[in-house]
Amino acid sequence: MALEYSKKVLKEFLQPKNFGEMKGAHGTGEVGSPACGDIMQMQIKVERDKIKEIKFKTFGCAAAIASTSIITQMVKGKDLNYAKNLTMKEVAEKLKGLPQIKMHCSSMGIQTLRKAIKDYEEKLQKRTEKKN
Amino acid sequence: MKIYLDNAATTKVDEEVINAMIPYFKEKYANASSQHLEGSEAKQILEKSRKIIANALNSKPEEIYFTSGGTESNNWALKGLFEKNYPNKNHIITTKIEHDATLQTCKYLEKKGAKISYLNVDSEGFINLKELEEAITPKTFLVSIMHANNEIGTVQDLESIGKICKDKKIIFHSDAAQSFTKEKLDVKKQNLDLVSINSHKINGPKGVGALYIRSSIEIEPLIHGGGHEKGKRSGTENIPGIVGFAKAIEIIKEKDLRKMKELRNKLIEEILIKIPNTKLNGSKERRLVNNANISFKDVEGEAIGGYLENKGIFVSTGSACMSNTLKASHVLKSIGLTDLEQNSSIRFSLSKYTTEKEIEKVLEVLPEIIKKLRRLSPLVK
Repeated sequence: MALEYSKKVLKEFLQPKNFGEMKGAHGTGEVGSPACGDIMQMQIKVERDKIKEIKFKTFGCAAAIASTSIITQMVKGKDLNYAKNLTMKEVAEKLKGLPQIKMHCSSMGIQTLRKAIKDYEEKLQKRTEKKN
Repeated sequence: MKIYLDNAATTKVDEEVINAMIPYFKEKYANASSQHLEGSEAKQILEKSRKIIANALNSKPEEIYFTSGGTESNNWALKGLFEKNYPNKNHIITTKIEHDATLQTCKYLEKKGAKISYLNVDSEGFINLKELEEAITPKTFLVSIMHANNEIGTVQDLESIGKICKDKKIIFHSDAAQSFTKEKLDVKKQNLDLVSINSHKINGPKGVGALYIRSSIEIEPLIHGGGHEKGKRSGTENIPGIVGFAKAIEIIKEKDLRKMKELRNKLIEEILIKIPNTKLNGSKERRLVNNANISFKDVEGEAIGGYLENKGIFVSTGSACMSNTLKASHVLKSIGLTDLEQNSSIRFSLSKYTTEKEIEKVLEVLPEIIKKLRRLSPLVK
């Protein structure tokens, strides 16, 4: 590949974890557009404010696929608060570095995760309002 | 096993070419401009090489000027003719699918006062001859249209374009970097006034090319200096490179072209059959013998390239993410591909070294790769 990727990026790209779709997701986030070249999707199931399950799908380059794969591993089993505060830098560090021009991939991955959490929280809110 | 299918980018230098070049590094290294015996030997091989290149274009040897490659040849043709014709005439007609060496030079010339018309192409990448004729104005001095496209391999009908230019008395330049020795190039029959060619796409060395300039055409030099190449292109002649360039032409065999075409057809046909939702970009009939450009629906090009690379297969993508500039392909856009399709394309380009076994290996691993990446794609529900 034209860009210098770390071994970790290549591993996550070629053998991604947690990819696919799940039934009965509590929250879904999608970010990106065909025009910008990357599209990411994440689905979560939450139990007691922890991310119990997480799946992703990504249309994009090696860095995009690796970023989403590593993010799902970083937040699985963790508190929602931790997941919400995950930073681009932490993701890039976990990947042993990303080329500068591909940093936006980790940023997009984080946005996708936050969107999925927001979707879950909004649905939860609605359910709570109904109950009351 | 390494399978190199990026020969439109550059090629391996042939052993025969290397062997032909070596004496000009080691023993016969004199400057062709020197007056001594060694110098005149260098001059002789320079002129012999010029003849070989002229033959390949059906031009006169004195109409061949050596350059550093295709990019310089295109720069020189456009800038040199602009300087000669401006401000009398300032209009150039080109296409939307030219190589950046032409397009970026045009952008530069626009800042200097040139008016440029960029012709559209149809879904296979062909220009419309009527649109070309209609674009011509009294201010037009140059038509510059590439012979074969570097991304999708579409081969333009130079003879018809040449006829129009001859009728309208407009200079006709063609960038033949990809097509040289692969497609018929005949400057007389096709009425070409200038042609850019290079060596490294045909198993010759990098850093050497040529510009054919019809003897009646007036052009300003791009590079000034010691008056080499009849004062039109200064700089000590790259004798080893030029010798290698000529040798690369001499050893081209018709059967190599046939083999490339056969393997290319096998690759295209079987990909389209074996993998659903795939599409050939460019023309089925009038395309370069070694080019296959295919869109794989819902999968990103660089990801495909990366998975192929993991299997030792080297290709090129026209995708947004692949190039370091994150710029989408202007060629794929011009033939009407959607943003998604542009980002889902792979270019395979073969060489005479490509074997059937290699193509079969690609056909074996590619369906699995596409299947996996489609399972990863949010576009596949």
